[in-house]
Amino acid sequence: MHNELEGRFREVLPAADFCSLRYLEQDDEVIGVRQGVVQPVTTGHEAGAMITVVRRGGLGYAATSDLSTSGLRRAVEQAADWADRTASRAVTDFSRVPYPAPRGSYASPVERAFADVPLREKLDLLRETCDALQIDERIVDSSATLWVTTVRSLYLTSHGGRVEQQYAYLAPMLQAVANQGTETQSRTLFGRAACEQGGFELLGRLAFAESATGVAEEAIALLSAPNCPTGTFDLLLAPDQMILQIHESIGHPIELDRILGDERNYAGTSFVTLDMFGSYQYGSPLLNVTYDPTVYGELASFGFDDEGTAAERAFVIQDGLLLRPLGGITSQTRAGLAGVACTRAASWNRPPVDRIGNLNLEPGDATFGSLLQRVERGVYMSTNCSWSIDDSRNKFQFGCEQGRLIEDGRLTRVVKNPNYRGISATFWRSLVGVGDRETVETLGSPWCGKAEPNQVIRVGHASPACLFTGVEVFGGAG
Amino acid sequence: MQTYFYALAEALEGMLTGGEVFTATFHAETSDFVRFNRGKVRQAGQVAQAFLRVQLVDGRRQAVAELGLSGDAATDRARLGRELARLRGYLPELPEDPHLLYATEVRSSERTVGGELPSREELLGAMAMAAGERDLVGIYAAGPIYVGFANSLGQRNWHATSSFNLDWSFYRDGDKAVKCGYAGFHFDRSVLERKVHNAARELEALGRPAKTIPPGQYRVYLAPAALAEVLALVGWGGFGLKAHRTKQTPLLQLVEGGATLHRGITLYEHAAAGVAPSFDAAGYLKPDRLTLIDGGTYRECLVSARSAKEYGVPPTGASGEESPESLELLPGTVGPDQVLSRLERGVLVGNLWYLNFSDRMRCRITGMTRFATFWVEGGEIVAPLNVMRFDETIYRALGTQLLGLTSQAELLLDADTYSRRSTRSARVPGALIDDFTFTL
Repeated sequence: MHNELEGRFREVLPAADFCSLRYLEQDDEVIGVRQGVVQPVTTGHEAGAMITVVRRGGLGYAATSDLSTSGLRRAVEQAADWADRTASRAVTDFSRVPYPAPRGSYASPVERAFADVPLREKLDLLRETCDALQIDERIVDSSATLWVTTVRSLYLTSHGGRVEQQYAYLAPMLQAVANQGTETQSRTLFGRAACEQGGFELLGRLAFAESATGVAEEAIALLSAPNCPTGTFDLLLAPDQMILQIHESIGHPIELDRILGDERNYAGTSFVTLDMFGSYQYGSPLLNVTYDPTVYGELASFGFDDEGTAAERAFVIQDGLLLRPLGGITSQTRAGLAGVACTRAASWNRPPVDRIGNLNLEPGDATFGSLLQRVERGVYMSTNCSWSIDDSRNKFQFGCEQGRLIEDGRLTRVVKNPNYRGISATFWRSLVGVGDRETVETLGSPWCGKAEPNQVIRVGHASPACLFTGVEVFGGAG
Repeated sequence: MQTYFYALAEALEGMLTGGEVFTATFHAETSDFVRFNRGKVRQAGQVAQAFLRVQLVDGRRQAVAELGLSGDAATDRARLGRELARLRGYLPELPEDPHLLYATEVRSSERTVGGELPSREELLGAMAMAAGERDLVGIYAAGPIYVGFANSLGQRNWHATSSFNLDWSFYRDGDKAVKCGYAGFHFDRSVLERKVHNAARELEALGRPAKTIPPGQYRVYLAPAALAEVLALVGWGGFGLKAHRTKQTPLLQLVEGGATLHRGITLYEHAAAGVAPSFDAAGYLKPDRLTLIDGGTYRECLVSARSAKEYGVPPTGASGEESPESLELLPGTVGPDQVLSRLERGVLVGNLWYLNFSDRMRCRITGMTRFATFWVEGGEIVAPLNVMRFDETIYRALGTQLLGLTSQAELLLDADTYSRRSTRSARVPGALIDDFTFTL
């Protein structure tokens, strides 16, 4: 298929400064059991291509699922038409963008392909797991779900670029909902963030089935827990909350297209400005953040981004100092700044823009126990369930599924509805402890929304547990 | 497209064996998207896509395939044949589904709304006029949208519209901006010019030095777009039968906990007044109007086919998410010219942003002010306000602290384009609220 497509693409190439074809073929499978009932097994299959044309400084694109020569030719005509019409009205002279001509390939690490596992085996696993969630009549809703996606992509450029990439994604989800009277509490497995690249073997590493009873027990325990106290406390965040904190108050603010203003009508602007890179103290010296699409099995790993730039690890924050933005080749050209390979599209029918990808907080040297021992009175929060931040990515408020009080260096009572709020520009300076490798979890989300037209995309985050001081913490309404 | 979809449905019928039944839902669009930043074009292009969701049923067993279509009849029929064979292979492996339900009474329907969309050159010219020297950022999305339903019992439903949605902002300094929208079926440049003119006037007011207020409780006016954000969050599990029966609805205190809303709050899912298709993926038609909240008291739920079977109540044509698609809040009595005088001293909120629950079970919501938000004193706009975070329960905001709703509701057409262009809408008035809590 790829060779045929390449032949057709070369046949319909227009007279242009640059032209590319980005083909994507995707298969999905969603299997779930809810309350002991197998949900409708749903499979998906789609294939399509986006043609991009740069001509006389304008850029146009056209996406089509008609992959015949005539279909691609029509797409080229549409893309060229948009490029020509917008050439004199474009935000930049797109002919200045040095689009790479990459050659290479990438494949997710897979030990046991999901497609090779019999349906019955998957269903049996999900039934057993869902049954294990039903520990008590107060569990009023329970579900165990697997969402598997495989993607095969081909990227071709008019100046000889050719990249083939294959991805296998797994998003396993567990949820237990407990109720008593008008109190309802939920627990999930890592807040549905236990997403990685790989095959069926990931479920074993994750202890997916074995986690179910604990998830349900924690939901039940929350029913009788007091509300999280209100006050200014030390705050210890588990990795499944840290990933949200990193995502919202580091990842999005340092996206270069956002800083350039592209997102201001939708996802928002940023408190970060172009002049801050290289000089701005983003957080305490303990803060080290890498952008790394090369991590084995992390959700947003790849060989090349969707503009053909090769994947490479880079520090975006080192010793608390802001170094470089998340900006791909187009944004780098517009801004005159070095960035990273991060231009990605949600699918064949959306144009690529700067995306977060794998953004990881590097581990420190503190054991979990030593982090606790530093806290006289504080709260340990796990598993994000509420997220809100202003359009400049500054004033945030996040909530978690579960809290534990920390008293005199020890974890004590469970508390419900734990929330905290702060301001990105100052919050990271209150980072006083970073957990070691033993505390790290590698997680991700398939649901990062951005861009116009809107796109939802996969991001990966790895983080240790982290300790912050002097944070405004509070609980529920009653 | 209609002919194409119906031909595919006919082909599907020919592929069935024994007592098999199918339902099929078709979504297609050909959309022009033009993205603007600083009055210039950031990205422009066209997306042509078509998807078919096929549910194969044999007795009480079912499996579903969601397929991208190429538009070529032979290719798509072959693809359908392969998918149907795959689903057929799954069925013996699957248990009977106790919650399977699909429409067996044939109720076909057809609705086509033609549009007058501008040519690309006209659009770019109009946007150049709109931007002028201003910092314009946003998206233009336009073109035909097709939604269809078919089943092997002979039901056929078709919904075709040709529409545009121009969703943009004028920025002044930093985060100070006016949010604007112009959506519909007939593009009229004079309407756009009027909207641009009004927005430009509002932009002038943003030029005054911005004011920062300390956290506390303030009287606020939530403009329709801001109040619609609140209702959209409540609609995330608030009105669905499954969320109610599993005690996850954020309105649980209203339904079972003795909490009340203001008697002026009457909320409908008003399908007949919206622009969404009137049928669901199981073949059920939506009632013209469903009362969700009546005079502050909870009434009815949105019910998908699956929940209907599980809980033994009739379906209301809701999707699996059971969230509103054509929400309508009845207006109140506050005249448009009374808003500022009734607000007297407080905050005029043009838009809210990034809402979420800070205590879901008590329907306590947090979020941010965004775009044109002003400090008002003596019944007059005094200064733009720097962004503020709120944290407030709906039982206060639309209950004890609600001073009134405006007498005019605004129709807001959803500009979302995740996977495909949205057909959701909301008709919402503005709300005057006392002692609204800002926290950061």
